[in-house]
Amino acid sequence: MIDTSHATVAPRPVGVNPWVPSTVRIQAIRPEITDVATYDLEFVDDEKGARFRFLPGQFNMLYLPGVGEVAISISGDPAQHGTLAHTIRKAGNVTAALAKLPVGATLGLRGPYGTSWPIETARGNDVILVAGGIGLAPLRPVVCDIVTNRSSYGRVSILHGARNPEGLLFPSEYEHWRANGIDFQTTVDRAADGWTGSVGVVTLLLDRLPLPNPAETVLFACGPEVMMHYTTKTAMGRNVDPGHIWLSTERNMACAIGLCGHCQFGPVFVCKEGPVFNYERIAPYLTIEGL
Amino acid sequence: MSTTTTQTSPADPSALDDRLFLARDNLQALIDLLVAQGHQVIGPKIDQGAIVYTEIQSVDELPRGWTDIQQPGQYRLEKRNDDAYFGFVVGPHSWKRYLFPPITTIAVADQTPQGWEMRGHPGPTPKYAFLGVRACELAAMRVQDRVFLEGPYVDPIYQSRREEAVIIAVNCTQAAATCFCTSMKTGPECQSGFDLALTETAGGFTVVIGSTRGRALAEQLPLRPAVAEEQAAARAGRERAEQQVTKQFDTTDIRDLLLKNLNHPHWADVAERCLSCTNCTMVCPTCFCSSVVDVGDLAGEHVERERRWDSCFNLDFSYMNGGVIRNDVRSRYRQWLTHKLASWIDQFGQSGCVGCGRCITWCPVGIDLTVEVAALRSETAV
Repeated sequence: MIDTSHATVAPRPVGVNPWVPSTVRIQAIRPEITDVATYDLEFVDDEKGARFRFLPGQFNMLYLPGVGEVAISISGDPAQHGTLAHTIRKAGNVTAALAKLPVGATLGLRGPYGTSWPIETARGNDVILVAGGIGLAPLRPVVCDIVTNRSSYGRVSILHGARNPEGLLFPSEYEHWRANGIDFQTTVDRAADGWTGSVGVVTLLLDRLPLPNPAETVLFACGPEVMMHYTTKTAMGRNVDPGHIWLSTERNMACAIGLCGHCQFGPVFVCKEGPVFNYERIAPYLTIEGL
Repeated sequence: MSTTTTQTSPADPSALDDRLFLARDNLQALIDLLVAQGHQVIGPKIDQGAIVYTEIQSVDELPRGWTDIQQPGQYRLEKRNDDAYFGFVVGPHSWKRYLFPPITTIAVADQTPQGWEMRGHPGPTPKYAFLGVRACELAAMRVQDRVFLEGPYVDPIYQSRREEAVIIAVNCTQAAATCFCTSMKTGPECQSGFDLALTETAGGFTVVIGSTRGRALAEQLPLRPAVAEEQAAARAGRERAEQQVTKQFDTTDIRDLLLKNLNHPHWADVAERCLSCTNCTMVCPTCFCSSVVDVGDLAGEHVERERRWDSCFNLDFSYMNGGVIRNDVRSRYRQWLTHKLASWIDQFGQSGCVGCGRCITWCPVGIDLTVEVAALRSETAV
């Protein structure tokens, strides 16, 4: 029997005034794929850095003075302290300005915010992670936990889809993940020369995945809403309990503290009640256009 | 420390009975006392043909002898046939503009040799005294308290202003055609949440003490016991207001009615009339949506984070990843109405509407949310 209570109390940001970011320094920049890089950030105030904790799936608000703030999920290992990894795609003003910053530059950070993937629920069960494109980044902390505590989990599959082979994220880590007993599969919408893997949407991988214990299987998905919609449909068609499906959603999270109104999705504030939701909580609203 | 400790329970239950009286000629003494205590007194005043809330120092600035006539899409001032100071209902302003200012700096960033340094909102907290707060407006403050003070994160700007503000309520003795406080159970009589509550009669004001702070004020005012005729006149005025509230709003099961009919054709019907102008959200005393913009100096070394009122009716309010989620008026009106009347209950345990009617009056095309909900209700198969 899976415990579906989402009881984990997420860490709260340090500091009293929720509007004031802390200063962080870019300690390292790792280019990932086109327009995507991972930034390791460290607090200038060592004491703040030592106190900072986060759970897989939570996000920070990164602030570039004069440009603005953007919500970025933490892509590093929650068990490692010191630096905080953020995998960022160049998409708007703030991320474009961020892409121009060198190692050593400072910026602001508020966080961590939001709900987390229910790790305690996943442990002891079979786990499927479905990630579309950069959606693998918010799931990477879960993969870190699985690798570290592999015996706590049952069968683990990661189904990662991208538009093309160059869009598959964190390719240097796949071997390490597979060596730790993770069934890691990829698929692309469009193949390129030399691609010998699967072509098609990620739900095709889910269709073919052996599911010996659907009643004891937990699925986490992060990616475009249409991908999550079909992933959920497919999983339920294969007898995965809808209460065991969690999705990480995205809205315009502008303040991250439930005070600005921007990230409302039906009755929820995505920044407070999300970004990780149990499917049943948001199911009625996933198919409403323009909500 | 919170506002509720100073303003909820009456200092003396028997005080809730109009037993004190402030003569009409002594209203200035109340303003003077508040000013002497270091408060900036904000009260009603006529500006550009409307009664707004702004700084006042004298009773001569109050809209004495004026009243407001309101209908969907209409607001007019008219002369009264008496000299009442508070013989009107509510105008386009609400007290939220002082507790949650339309533009305010929430944080600043400075470039230093060690990199960017950030700190909180600079400057002292204004010490307001609000004169003329109506029952629906007390309710609106309690709604915003839930948002800004009682969630997981507290807004320090709202909190400090709210704690400082002295609240002198005034009971309505008349109602507008757009009022529906009785349906929302927020008025017309002020029950709690004030320091002092006045009811205006011909010769002056009966006074109710609502807090220990209010009692301290009362002790320094030239009050005398109210006589039976004055108490009866105050009661009659409040009853008149209640009787004049004729607009009824059926809120039965409203949360499910709205959230289970998100694809109802009536949303498109409203969208044909709605201009998406944001007026309803600007005049609403509970709407709290905002955006933050960075305002920098020319050298880019000092940046202020400015919070400004925003509206779910603005196209780019739902901008994300290069696109806009609520791309038509239908989805934006639906967002506003479902949030105000339905999902607010999920989020904050109560409705976001207090029945003040401002959104009806100030809608340039006269859309009346109570009529829209009733239409949706009547068109919905049970």
